[in-house]
Amino acid sequence: MMQYDLVIVGGGPAGLAAAVAAKDHGVDSILIIERDKELGGILNQCIHNGFGLHTFKEELTGPEYASRFIDQVLERGIEYKLNTMVMDISADKTVVAMNREDGMIEIKAKAIILAMGCRERSRGALNIPGYRPAGIYSAGTAQRLVNMEGYMPGKEVVILGSGDIGLIMARRMTLEGAKVKVVAELMPYSGGLKRNIVQCLDDFDIPLKLSHTVVDIEGKNRVEAVTIAEVGPDRKPIPGTEIRYTCDTLLLSCGLIPENELSKSAGVALNPITSGPIVGDNLETNIDGIFACGNVLHVHDLVDYVSQEATTAGKNAALYVQNGAAADAKTVEIVPEGGVRYTVPKFIRPTEMEDNLTVRFRVGDVYKNMAIATYYDDELINKRKRPVMAPGEMEQVILSKKKLAEYPDLTKITIRIEEV
Amino acid sequence: MYDVAIIGAGVIGSAIARELSKFNANICVIEKEEDVCNGTSKANSAIIHAGFDATPGSLKAKLNVRGNEMMDSLSKELDIPFTRNGSLVVCTKDQDRNGLVELLEKGAANGVPGLQIIEREELIKMEPNLSDDVTCALFAPTGGIVCPFHMTMAFAENACTNGVSFYLNTKVTDLQKCADGYVIKTLHTDTNTEEIYEAKVVINAAGVYADVLNNMVSSRKLHITARKGEYCLLDKDAGTHVTKTIFQLPSKMGKGVLVSPTVHGNLLVGPTAIDVEDKESLNTTQDGLASLALTSSLSVKNVPMRQVITSFAGLRAHEDGNDFVIGEAPDAKGFVNVAGIESPGLSSAPAIGEMVAGLVKDMLALTEKAEFVGTRKGILNPAALSIEERNALIADCPAYGNIICRCEMISEGEILDAIHRPLGARSLDGVKRRTRAGMGRCQAGFCSPRTMEILERELPLTMYDIGKNGTGSAIVIGKNKEI
Repeated sequence: MMQYDLVIVGGGPAGLAAAVAAKDHGVDSILIIERDKELGGILNQCIHNGFGLHTFKEELTGPEYASRFIDQVLERGIEYKLNTMVMDISADKTVVAMNREDGMIEIKAKAIILAMGCRERSRGALNIPGYRPAGIYSAGTAQRLVNMEGYMPGKEVVILGSGDIGLIMARRMTLEGAKVKVVAELMPYSGGLKRNIVQCLDDFDIPLKLSHTVVDIEGKNRVEAVTIAEVGPDRKPIPGTEIRYTCDTLLLSCGLIPENELSKSAGVALNPITSGPIVGDNLETNIDGIFACGNVLHVHDLVDYVSQEATTAGKNAALYVQNGAAADAKTVEIVPEGGVRYTVPKFIRPTEMEDNLTVRFRVGDVYKNMAIATYYDDELINKRKRPVMAPGEMEQVILSKKKLAEYPDLTKITIRIEEV
Repeated sequence: MYDVAIIGAGVIGSAIARELSKFNANICVIEKEEDVCNGTSKANSAIIHAGFDATPGSLKAKLNVRGNEMMDSLSKELDIPFTRNGSLVVCTKDQDRNGLVELLEKGAANGVPGLQIIEREELIKMEPNLSDDVTCALFAPTGGIVCPFHMTMAFAENACTNGVSFYLNTKVTDLQKCADGYVIKTLHTDTNTEEIYEAKVVINAAGVYADVLNNMVSSRKLHITARKGEYCLLDKDAGTHVTKTIFQLPSKMGKGVLVSPTVHGNLLVGPTAIDVEDKESLNTTQDGLASLALTSSLSVKNVPMRQVITSFAGLRAHEDGNDFVIGEAPDAKGFVNVAGIESPGLSSAPAIGEMVAGLVKDMLALTEKAEFVGTRKGILNPAALSIEERNALIADCPAYGNIICRCEMISEGEILDAIHRPLGARSLDGVKRRTRAGMGRCQAGFCSPRTMEILERELPLTMYDIGKNGTGSAIVIGKNKEI
């Protein structure tokens, strides 16, 4: 059996940043396991720019952003295995992995960082009725075909869902010669970043139809037409509002799902809202020595935040490798309320946490001129006005260790959206 | 001239081909789709029924019970994934339990072993997720679940190994009686060229199109209605929600739907039943899919419909006479109908194969073939191997160490096997049905570009020839900026 201090499952942005941080905090025995043929994860197919504004203060493409971290991994001599699939993780931190050269290998780790990322919601999971011809792709699959393989999946396109990948692909397909006829979004607001609506749809005169969904797919071999209809407040289609678009392609950008099948096999407890592990301020799961970061933990809007979060996970995994399990400390739960859907982390240890801890979350609706309020038990501690908040963009609250020290009897922290 | 031409490479045509390949005869199978198992055989409940449902004395009753009996040995000989998980027909408090008694009596008359009625107290220990309204159920220990793709492919591959020729993408356009048998006119759907086959005996195993073929040569007209059934397939996480196949006692509300584990560990809910005009009408509908959640809740509670990974529709070939139509058409010598094969058609398939081969053997005075190979190995399932065995396999063939489908953990080795075995896969769906690559929770989002690469590398196909499922279903249509 092979032995490493730290095994990182996934060599995308989360795994890379976590590896760098762990190494910089003194762990030498690190193995990154990546299932694809290169490091960098999904960033490799995100050839548009807009990455790294927070981290590097410049606009990079996805592969450029990834290469900055890949370089850091290489400079530090961190080991990695490509084309290697992790088949199983057990609660005692034995990782079973497989590739062509090594066959099936068992690796005993002192600590594990889960950084497997997420997958796209499929047509099946959306239960869209109609035929099942060729020509229906998740936006990410189309992105891989176009950006990495150089092949066009179709020439007349309807897109369901206004998630960021769908918006980016509306522009990409247009630039590569296809006609994007419409983007339909079930919700009354977009699931993507505002800047992507402007730069990818508005700039190309692609209509966005909010509160619309696909109600029929025609075509027995290849998609021939897609019908969309308006939905009411119950999100059910309104009869008589159908619009039929002839097209050969339907792209789906209807949400991302953290890939936690391995986490489950290790006994990691998941939050049903995020579909990611429940973690404390050090990003450790309920299983000692198993940490999580990036889109496997919760789906992020910007990769910069993934890198920040992964750095925290890498540092804490290093502490675990060096010092063993953290001493029992008091924990305080963070309760999301009034429009706040969840928080990561789910709880904090006021005596052990970092001096300033970033708590990230998403809201459940569009809020204009409202405020994010933080309560220590019933006492309002902070209220920050936000002109616009939307489910497509992450929000944050920073908790101060110093301030928390003034509340030794604190039982819970509540974060909610309120009137200003 | 062929001795026998079988039209249709579904489970029925394939089962007949396999049984007939035991004899010295020149046999072909003609199929309009690009692959075997591409019609009703690919979209159904995947159940081997016990056989208590059909009217005693009917072909359905006789062949179902016989087919069920044959599955133990057949699944071993042909390496078909099959489990006798048992089935329950549940009765709710608003229903007359005499319905169960009637089924039990029919089952006894049909020769179904082990049937018993079980009361709620005992029942709930067997299946804790039965609905609170369930009062009792008919338990059939011989009920089973099967992989319909592998069952069909097992028959077809074994027939192919034993010398049967398969013509795929070949659609029969006309049938004419000639001196020694029949002239079969076909159109190749890929090349649009006409080809003619001749056979002494024609077997009509054309599913929902069996009436069209029969009516070309016989004045005894058949009428087959395509009866659509919609299904939802749930994630493996939901696969143990029930362990037995849960049927509903038919009521005023209709025949009900089943909730069943599949042999691969998913959960299946369906089917609806709606007669349709179009024999290609394989679309799911909003109403149909919505009704499944409601109807299934009558027998099983808390079915996690949020975990649906795909939905699909299949067409039952319902003949007006309500029984299988098997035998030589009275006014068309040498033309054998195997029509109206709706439920329990999959369960009956092995017995139908046996029966029809028997008929044809007598018609043509066929002799047994000494060199018949009776066994077939399915695609290796590396997950069933120990780590040591798996490492030996990978050392020998590194492709088994390369996972292509992340969700179902399917390796390149399995995909290569699927492509290169008899009647191998040529499309994404062909690979999917043979290996399960692309059949998991992401529904081929990650693996389809990689599977396409493998197909392009291994077969004389360009990327533009690679389809989801045959002619006209290309995945990509050109290079960037060149469409």
